[in-house]
Formats: sequence, C-alpha cells, structure tokens
Amino acid sequence: MIFQDSKTLLEVHGLCATVNGIEILKGMELTVRYGEVHAIMGPNGSGKSTFSKVLAGHPSYQVTDGTVLFGGQNLLDLAPDARARAGVFLGFQYPIEIPGVANSQFLRLAYNTMQAQHGKDELDPLEFDDFVREKMKLLEMNPDFLDRSVNEGFSGGEKKRNEILQMALLAPRLAILDETDSGLDIDALRVVAGGVNQLANKDNAIILVTHYQRLLNYIKPDYVHVMESGRIIKTGGKDLAVELETRGYDWVSAENKAGAVVPA
Amino acid sequence: MTVAAPNRYLASLLAGQPQLPASLLAWFNDLRSHAVDRVGALSVPTTRDEEWRFTDISPLTGIPFHPVRGGSKPDIAQLAEFILTGAGAGLVFVDGEYAPLLSFNNTGITVTSLASGLASHGTVIEPHLGRHAEFQSNAFAALNTAFLHDGAIVIAPRNVAVSAPLHVLHVATQKGAASYPRCLVIAEPGSVVTVVEEFVALQNDVYFTDAVTEIVLADGARVHHVRVQRESGQAFHVSNCAISLGRASHYQSVSVALGARISRCNLNVVQTAEGVECAIDGLALVAEQQLADTHTCIDHAQPHGVSRQLHKCIVDGAARAVFNGKILVRQGAQRTDSSQSSRNLLLTSKARVDTKPQLEIFADDVKCAHGATVGQLDSEEVFYLMSRGFPEAAARNLLTYAFGAEVISRIPVASLRHKLEQRVLAQTNSQSVSK
Repeated sequence: MIFQDSKTLLEVHGLCATVNGIEILKGMELTVRYGEVHAIMGPNGSGKSTFSKVLAGHPSYQVTDGTVLFGGQNLLDLAPDARARAGVFLGFQYPIEIPGVANSQFLRLAYNTMQAQHGKDELDPLEFDDFVREKMKLLEMNPDFLDRSVNEGFSGGEKKRNEILQMALLAPRLAILDETDSGLDIDALRVVAGGVNQLANKDNAIILVTHYQRLLNYIKPDYVHVMESGRIIKTGGKDLAVELETRGYDWVSAENKAGAVVPA
Repeated sequence: MTVAAPNRYLASLLAGQPQLPASLLAWFNDLRSHAVDRVGALSVPTTRDEEWRFTDISPLTGIPFHPVRGGSKPDIAQLAEFILTGAGAGLVFVDGEYAPLLSFNNTGITVTSLASGLASHGTVIEPHLGRHAEFQSNAFAALNTAFLHDGAIVIAPRNVAVSAPLHVLHVATQKGAASYPRCLVIAEPGSVVTVVEEFVALQNDVYFTDAVTEIVLADGARVHHVRVQRESGQAFHVSNCAISLGRASHYQSVSVALGARISRCNLNVVQTAEGVECAIDGLALVAEQQLADTHTCIDHAQPHGVSRQLHKCIVDGAARAVFNGKILVRQGAQRTDSSQSSRNLLLTSKARVDTKPQLEIFADDVKCAHGATVGQLDSEEVFYLMSRGFPEAAARNLLTYAFGAEVISRIPVASLRHKLEQRVLAQTNSQSVSK
C-alpha cells in the first residue's frame, strides 16, 4: 500500500551485473518505499531473477556498475548473510533441499540468528516449537513439516509455503519473492498469497518477481514494472498487469523501441 | 594378500601369545593353534596387495606394540561419558580384557564374556567362533584369533526379542599396547537384537586395536548392528566383521569411523539362504593426517536377496578416506535387488578419497544399482543458508554436519544417535576453526 510521506527503503540506481562474463542487468532503476508492493514482470531472460539474486548477494553474479542503497546503507558492501540480517529476504524460485537438517532446527537457528542481531532473546527448542506452530497456521502447514529435512521431498507448493514461513519468522524489511507462484496449484497459490498479504505492513516492502499476472489477482501490487534486456522499460499501476495478461509483452517492447517515454 | 615367509613383525606381535592359558575345550585350542600357524605363514599386507592398494599400513610395523600388561583398570567414573543410556546390557573390555566389575546384563539372554560363554554354551559357540571371519589369508584376523582368550558373547534365543541395545565397549588405556577385541553374536531363529560395538580411548595414545566380530543370523532373525570407532587420533585400528545371514533374516548395520590415525574396517556379509535383506551404511569423518579405509563385501549367494548400502566420507585437512564396496551376485542368485551409493565430501584441496564400487554379477535376472559422487559443499546450499542470515562458516558447518547426519539418523538407538550428532557437530565446528 502506498503511504503518504513514507521513507525510501530501497534505491537502485544504474545497476549492471554479469554472470560468467555475460551482462544481464544493464542499468536497473528502482525505488521502493516502506509499505509498497512492487511487481516486476517480464518475459523469460529479461533479467528479473538475476535482479532478485543480485539484491540477495548471490556469489555467481558480479555487480559491474551502479549503486544499491538499502535503508541508506550500501547493500553491495554486505555479504549475503549480513544482507539477510539487515532485513533483506529472498524467497527462492527453487528452494534448496538440505537432507540431514531438520526443518525445525533450520528455522530455529535462522530465527535465533535474527534475534541475536536485534539484541533479543533466542528461543530454545520448546519455546520455538510453540512459536513456529502459530506461524504455520497462517500458511495452513502441517506441523509434520517441522520434523522433516529442510524442503526434502516437499512438493512445489510445500516448498513455497516453507519459504513464506521463513519470511514470517525472519520479519524482513524487504521481501523479494522470486516466482513464488510457479509450480503452485490454485489452492496453494491462495494460501501462499494470503500469507504474504498478512505479512505486508507499513514497516516493510515486497518485490514480487513474476512471469504471470495470476499471482497479482491475490496480491495487489502498487506498482507494476516490465523488464526487458536487463532494465525496466515500463512502469504502471496494477492495471498494467491485466493489460500484459491479455496483450502479452511484445507491445511494451515495441512501444519502448518506438521511443515512448521510459519511466524514470 | 600374498603368502610370504614368516614375517618378523607379526612374530614380534605374537611374542606374548604362548602365555595364554590352554582351554579345556580341545576344539578351542585347535582353533587358536591353527591361527598361530597362519600368522606364521602370512605377512603384513602392503600397497602391492590389491586389497590394500590405497592404504599404506606400514607405519604400524614401525612400532613394536606389546601385549597388554596387567595394570590398574579405570573406574566407572572414568567411563561415565562412554556409558550408553538405555542399554539392556553393557560389557566393558579394557585393552581387550573383560572387566566384569564394569559390566552388567539385565536382559535375561546370554550377554557375557567368552570364558563364561564357553562354559555354559560351548556347543552353541563351537560351530561359529572363528568359522565366519576367515583367517586363512587374512593376517589381522589370524592374529586376533591367535590371541583368542577373551571377548563378548551374545546369544539371542529362538523367538526372543530384546528391544534395549546391548553395548560392547572397548576402552584403550595403555600406550604401546596391542589388543585383540573379539565379539560373537548368535541370533537364533526369529530372535531380534541390537548390538552396539564401540571403540574408545582414555588418552590420545599410540596403540593398536585388531578386532574381529562375527555375527550369525539364523532363519528369520533380525539384528541391528552399530559400530562406532572413535579411537585415539594416534591409534591404529584394524577390524574384520563377518556376517552370516540365514533364510529371510534382516541385518542392518551402521558403522561410524571418527578416530584413529589409520583405520581399516572390513565388513563381509554373506547371504547364505533365500529372502535375506540387509542394509549396510557407513560414515567416515576424518581430518588432519587421518586415514579411514572401509572395505565391504556383500555376497548374494542365494536368490531373492535384497541389499542397500550408503557409505559417506567427510574428509578435511590432509586426510584420506578409502571405500571399496564389492557386491557379489553369484550364479543362481536370481532376483537379487541391490543398490549401493558412495558419497564423498572433500572439505579442502588436500583432502583425498579413493572410492571404488565393485560389482561382480554372475546371475542374469537381477537389479543392481550403484553410484559414487565426490564433491565439495554445494555453493547453492551455502548461499541458501547465508540468505537466511547464517554466517558462511556456520552455513558450511551445518551442511557438513547434515551430510554426515543422514547416516547417523539410521542408527536405531536414540541416545547413541544424539551423542554422535553432538560429536559430529563439535568435530565439524572445530575443523572449520582450525582451518
């Protein structure tokens, strides 16, 4: 939601990044204020996922130019774990399976790392168990998922619920949800989107990276951006997403090439 | 192994043997003297022997180990950390010698020393002791058998199930000593038993453990077998386990190797009848200059046998791990279903693993899957944990721990599982600090 006089949380300026020497991001511009929900859309290969991974600090991507300020701090100076502790959360398109680590243990260690960061008390396993079970209700998750290894053998929908559960526990200032809707059936999509909506508030912001408009039926964005060739070529309100759904991406591209105004 | 002229080193180890008292049982004396003869004919294997190609045991022969000398036994307080919570019986052997005052048995089945087992169950033991662990060509099994005088005997009677684990604890206390732990488990038809063998040390001494374990499963018996080798970091550990599986029996084993400068574990499993199932898992976690070698052989000698095997090695520092997993499917062992997986994690550029799946299949209607991987920690997994706020070292430790925990989680004894999880977590943490 757009709040009047809301402070800027994220400021991306002229961001360029490469992977294996190939330039993927070519001058990204984006400003996100507290309370806002931004959707970044675009065809495959436009750089959406790269952008989310660069923000989280994935080591395979090299930033070659540009700046990213997060709460006034230079985000690019921070290691991935420090970004997480500063309040950046990436919901993975393909959450990683970690056989041998119980989900409960993983969630508790992650939660306690964040608690320690904020000078708050860590929770022991029993205290955490009560706490996490409450959060799981939000996502209609079966508590059995606590005893299983992290994401191991989870269905696509269960993995995405587990991602949003982590978002609920870590309470990030900025949540970047990379293709959270992919692989979800309509019921799982409703539950996951419902969880995200409950977590959205005036003290955080959300970037939804998505190929399809479907997710945006459930999570209403304040801004919709279209990416192509490593930068944003059009920005609009939520109606833009609907238009993209009916007309596809080509017209945006054509309009852009024809010299239409590129939003600042 | 080559048969060579009498070996001076083996002869020196044998020097203490003649002092062993003769048994009243002629077959027992015969067994031992036959083993003495074999020791005289065999030699310490070298890397020229195919079975020892990757493991140079020669540092052993540079040290003149002596037989265990009588000395003060540790008291129960010194062993407190090694006690297995929830055990139904505990046999303690100090440098290979039975310590009755430290042992107990609340199970109602025979869990006792070799001497008392021979006295009460001599005819049950005779067909099995020394009959499964081949020592004709195996110098270390021969040496152990030549020293046969003490050991653990477990006899699970027909259709008796014991749920509490039986703990056989071997404690090394003497520097420079050679000890010859021995264990025989006889699971009669339909019996169920869990045996935990553990090798520990009170100090970080140089010593030599040469162990032999024989386990016999009669028809329909179920045995869970756990071996934990956490000898001193200076020790040499050689063990030979021979498992004989009867009709429709189930054998599950988990071996964990954490200690010893050089360790070698041979595990030979023979499916002697139809419809046998076995699961054989192992974990070796070594660092610095350690070497851990595991050789397993699963012999599918009869039809309709199932075997599952997962062996993992975590190698840090300049350590080495060796795995040789032989699956033998004999002619006529139709409908055999076997799978083997060797997975290895190298934590440094100096760490090394030699892994060799070895399938020998002489039947045509079988299913045999095998695979081996050697790798480093997955950078995507490390990134995933870091993106949740874990510092890089913590992320790596957790993933290393998790790699090993998969094997440990298969140990059917909760208290031991918990203890080993803590141990592996501590060991992976300390390793990353030392780098």
